[in-house]
Amino acid sequence: MTGEQIIFLVVAFFTLGSGLMVVTTGNLVHAALWLISTLFGVAVIFALLDAGFLAVVQVVVYIGAIAILFIFAVMLTRKDMRDQGPQMNRNWWIGALIAASSFGGLFFLLRGWNGLSRTASAIPSGFDAVNELGTALVSPTAYVLPFEVASVLLVAALVGAVYLAFNRK
Amino acid sequence: MSFWNDPLKTAADWLLGILTGWGMSEIAAQVLIGFLGVLLLLALLMVLDIFLVWVERKVVSRFQDRIGPNRVGPFGLIQPFADIIKLLIKEDITPTGADRVVYNLAPLLSMMSVLILWAIVPLAPTILNVDLNIGALYLIAAGAIGTLSIIMAGWSSNNKYALIGAFRQVAVMVSFEIPMLTVLLIPTIFAGSMGMNAITQGQEDVWYVFISPLAALIFLIAAIAELGRAPFDMGEAESELVAGYNIEYSGMKFGMFYAGELLHAFTYGGFWAILFFGGYRFFGLEQVSPFLAVAVVLFKAMVGYWIIMWIKYTLLRIRIDHMLAFNWKFLTPLAFTLLMVVAFMNALLADVSSWLYIPGMFLSNVVLAWVALEIARVSSRKAREKVEGAKQVAEAHH
Repeated sequence: MTGEQIIFLVVAFFTLGSGLMVVTTGNLVHAALWLISTLFGVAVIFALLDAGFLAVVQVVVYIGAIAILFIFAVMLTRKDMRDQGPQMNRNWWIGALIAASSFGGLFFLLRGWNGLSRTASAIPSGFDAVNELGTALVSPTAYVLPFEVASVLLVAALVGAVYLAFNRK
Repeated sequence: MSFWNDPLKTAADWLLGILTGWGMSEIAAQVLIGFLGVLLLLALLMVLDIFLVWVERKVVSRFQDRIGPNRVGPFGLIQPFADIIKLLIKEDITPTGADRVVYNLAPLLSMMSVLILWAIVPLAPTILNVDLNIGALYLIAAGAIGTLSIIMAGWSSNNKYALIGAFRQVAVMVSFEIPMLTVLLIPTIFAGSMGMNAITQGQEDVWYVFISPLAALIFLIAAIAELGRAPFDMGEAESELVAGYNIEYSGMKFGMFYAGELLHAFTYGGFWAILFFGGYRFFGLEQVSPFLAVAVVLFKAMVGYWIIMWIKYTLLRIRIDHMLAFNWKFLTPLAFTLLMVVAFMNALLADVSSWLYIPGMFLSNVVLAWVALEIARVSSRKAREKVEGAKQVAEAHH
């Protein structure tokens, strides 16, 4: 086993373990903190895949903005931080069935795929991933339309938030 | 001679030779050398941090017409060591009902968020630490971890003042992140890269502060707000919140927050210097020796730190709603407009000589600043007239 594989396994177990803690812990703020550690694990996996830009964006957007907003929302809406009720409801078996069948389906699909045992081809020297990504996002032959649509969606969300919070005199 | 030109690489090669000579595999030796390098950098930073306590106390006492620490050692230089011993032997108190793990993790994260920033600081042309091509974003990402540490400290202390302080501080930090990130894109436009070394190299002809003084100013304001220092120190407003998010911390855990804040201020001074004042460049001094380059960048960081202290100990605290309104209604739109103006002017003046480019850029910045101040003046006068008009009506009724 190479060092990279060991690091990947450690990070993957850390991420999955944190993800499990998010849904099993009874304390809502702890769940948010475990979510942060899950997201951080995903950022490390991005970094292992030589996607430094995505790793840093993951930290900025998910930890710096979304997770902090989660914690704010939990603190501002809840009197008691602890969830007293049971962790499961009556439909737990449906969720378990869907999860198991998705896992089984993915397992079945990926078993026949030879990409798992191949090693990735080396990144050519002088390849600037950030530059390529930036060019692709504004190039008409690539992703300019999805990029602009996503921007419009975000503006709509912003306008909606302002409308909801606006206090008419 | 090669040690004096490229000290880190020479030392690493020398160590690699020794370690592989002992029968260690090359990869293991390189990992070990990497760890040693990180350890060396962190150790130097922590020692520097101890003296920053002394610098901060000496400077604030001059601003307040006092002498400051002057009893222990020459000029009170040994005072910080006495403070550290005091902090270490203090009783370590965890408040009742505190969330123990989160409570203990918060000071560590606070210190970490500052120390990881130094991974991308280019200290000399040959001492780059990590030359990350997304340095500007990394700066914001490290700030996000700092924000997290504050909310963790405030929540886990089980103290309402700590929680209010954390809420205020985090609201300020999350808000001022936006103009800071926007302004960080301006050196990126000039240098064509987000990497800190590329930005330093890009300032060969002229420092970016002369091309975009407004961006340098906005970065400084946003940095001070990120630091939570006066006039933006609403998070620890001692007259109402006692000490803010770190109220329940004692001993070395408080020391971590305090030392982290000082080092953070120094680090932001350094980033201000790297982004707008040429980093390790100073009239070709960096070509003479890498040690001189390190001295230059540390000196510039110290000047930036001094300016941050100067502002802190001169200005009054701003009310929280004014602070957020200032950010959302003035600084953020101004930063966005500045980014657009700079990008437009950069494209427009792309082909002209630098004798036209630099004044053109400078003038567009000055004009934009003037227009923004004029708009702010008119709208604030209107708001004042509204308030005074309402007052007169109310007085007439009495």
